[in-house]
Amino acid sequence: MDEILLKIEDLFIEYQTELETVRAVNGVSLEVKSGRTLGIVGETGAGKTTTCLSILRLLPDRTGRVTGGNICFRDKNIYSLSEEEMRTQICGEKISMIFQDPMTSLNPVMTVGSQIYEALKYHNHENKTREELERRVDEVLELVGIPAERKTEYPHQFSGGMKQRVVIAIALACEPELLIADEPTTALDVTVQAQVLAMMRDLQKKVGSAILLITHDLGVVAQMCDDALVMYAGEIVESGSIEDIFTPGSHHPYTMGLFGAIPDLDSAVDRLTPIEGLMPDPTKLPDGCYFADRCPYAEELCKQIHPTRTSLSGTHTILCHRFSEGLKEVSHE
Amino acid sequence: MTKYIIKRLIEIIPVVLGIAFIIFAILDMIPGDPARLILGQTATAEAVEQLRDEMGLNDPFITRFASYVKDVIFHFDFGNSYKSGQPVFAVILKRFPVSFKLALCGMIGSCVFGIPLGILSAVKQNTRIDNIISILAMTIVAMPSFWVAMMLVLVFCLYLGWLPSTGHTTLKEFILPTITISLANGCSVLRITRSSMLDVIRMDYLKTAQAKGVPKRVIIWKHAFGNALLPVITTVGSIFGSLLGGALICETVFTMPGIGSLIISSIKSKDIPVVMGALIFLSACYSLVMLAVDLLYAVVDPRIKAKYSSK
Repeated sequence: MDEILLKIEDLFIEYQTELETVRAVNGVSLEVKSGRTLGIVGETGAGKTTTCLSILRLLPDRTGRVTGGNICFRDKNIYSLSEEEMRTQICGEKISMIFQDPMTSLNPVMTVGSQIYEALKYHNHENKTREELERRVDEVLELVGIPAERKTEYPHQFSGGMKQRVVIAIALACEPELLIADEPTTALDVTVQAQVLAMMRDLQKKVGSAILLITHDLGVVAQMCDDALVMYAGEIVESGSIEDIFTPGSHHPYTMGLFGAIPDLDSAVDRLTPIEGLMPDPTKLPDGCYFADRCPYAEELCKQIHPTRTSLSGTHTILCHRFSEGLKEVSHE
Repeated sequence: MTKYIIKRLIEIIPVVLGIAFIIFAILDMIPGDPARLILGQTATAEAVEQLRDEMGLNDPFITRFASYVKDVIFHFDFGNSYKSGQPVFAVILKRFPVSFKLALCGMIGSCVFGIPLGILSAVKQNTRIDNIISILAMTIVAMPSFWVAMMLVLVFCLYLGWLPSTGHTTLKEFILPTITISLANGCSVLRITRSSMLDVIRMDYLKTAQAKGVPKRVIIWKHAFGNALLPVITTVGSIFGSLLGGALICETVFTMPGIGSLIISSIKSKDIPVVMGALIFLSACYSLVMLAVDLLYAVVDPRIKAKYSSK
C-alpha cells in the first residue's frame, strides 16, 4: 500500500520583485505515500505554504516561479502538464487543497452548495446529471457534519468552524488521492480545532486520501501525522517518521529549539525558551548553514560551509554538520 | 425586504420636497417679472399688476411655495408653461422618452465598453496591455464630448455616409449619440471596474476556486467580477441617473429633444414652471434610480440582502 503518490525532488522557488529576489524554497525533497499523512512544521516564512502552492501550480503568476527541481504526481511531472490538463485532471480531482483561513477562502456571494457543486461539475467525467451531482453535494455536506438543507445558505451564515468544514467538503468532493491542508486549524479556536482534525482523520479513513499537513503546531503533528519534516529558511532541516522526530535522541538544533518553545507541564518554569534571533533574510541567504546565527552549537565551519544531508537511520535525516562529521550525540533535553 | 422598499420610497418624499424648496427659492431670486414676460413689453402696468394678483405672485414666498406643493401633491399639477401655455407635466412627458432611451443606451454602451476593458486591465495588471488600456482611457477622458460628437458626425455622416446625424426615432439614429456618451462615461466604469477587480483578485477564494479546477474564464467573470460588482453598480447607476437629465451635449449636437435641452431653453426664456417641474421630476427619477441601485446590491450580495431584511 506504500505507493509513492507525490514526489518532490530538489525544488527551488524564488519570488522575483522589481527590487530583489526572495529565495523562498531551497532544495526541498519529499515524498508522500498513499494513505499516509506527512506533516510539515516550521515557523512563518519557512517556505511551507510556497511549497504547497507550487504543487498545484498556484504560485502568483508573475512574481513566483520554480527555478529548479521536479514535482511528480504518480509518474506525471506536474510542470510538464498543460494548463488545461492540470485543471481537468489534477486540481480538485487528484489533489485538492484546504487553505488557512476559512473566513476568506469561501466566495461570499455564492451559496456553499454551489461552491461544492462547482468542484464536481468541472470533474464530471461520467456525465452525471445535475440531480446526481446535487445528491453528491448533499452527501459531502453530511459527511463533514453539515445538514444538507443548509446548502442554499451563504458563507456569512456559517461560523468559522462550519466554514472550514465547507472548505473541507469542497476539497473532498471528488475524493482526491492527495489532500493538501495548509494550516487548516490555525484560524480556529482550540475546541473547534480538535473537531476539525478528528474529522479529517475520519475522512481520511473513509476516502483513503493521503494528507500533506502544514502546521506550526507540533501537537497537531503528533496527533495527525505518520511522518514529519521540519523546515527552516526554505530547507528541510530534519525529516523522519513521527517517532524519529518526537523521541529524544539525535536532533537538529532547530528542532530542539522548537520543542523548547512548547510549555512543559512537568517542569515548573516561568518562561518558555524561545529560539533567539530571526530567520535569515531570504533575499541574501548566508553561505554556510542558514541556522548558524541562531544555533547554540555553531562553530566556525558552520558559518562557512553549507551542511549536507545525513541519514541517521532508515527514515531519519538531518541537515547539520554535527552529524555529518563526528556523529556526536545530542540529547533532546 | 418589502418593508425596506416601502421605507425607502417614503424617504424619497422629504428629499424631493427639500430639493423643490431649494429650486423654488433660487428661481424666486432671479430678476424679471413672470407677468411681464407672459404679457409682453407692450402690456400696460395695470394689466401686469392684475395678472400678478391672479397668479398669486404678490403673496409671501412661503405661501406661494405651499400652494405650489399643494397643487403638485393633490392635483398633480405642476402649473402651465409661461411660453406655450401647456401643462408642464405634459411637456416633460413628451420629452422624457427620448432622454430615457438615450440614457439607457448610454448606460449599456458604457458598460459594454468599460467593464470588459476594466477586467482585462486588472487581470493583466502592470503588463503592456494594462498600460495601453490606461493610456487609451486617459486619452478618451481628455477629449471633450462635443468634439468627439462632431468628429463622429464628420466621419460617419459626412465622409462615410453610414449613419444619420440627427433624429431620435430609429435605433440607427441613436448609434452616434450612444457612442459619444459611452466613450465619456465608459472610462469611469473602466476605472472603477479595474480598481474594484484589483481589490478582489488576490482574495483567497479565488485560489480555492483555482485549486478545485474551475476554468480561468469562470474564475474571472463569476468569482472575481461577482464580488467586484458593487462599486461598479453604484457608478453605472449614477451615470444613468445623471444621463436622464444631463445628456445635454449629445442632445444639442445631434438635435435630440430631451429633458436636458428642455431645461436649458426654459431657463433662457425664464419659463419658471417648466424648470421647476423638470428639476423636481429629475430629482425623483434620480432617487428612484439610487433605490434601484441599493436593491441591486441585495441581489448581488447576500450579506447586504440579509441586512435589508433584518431592518
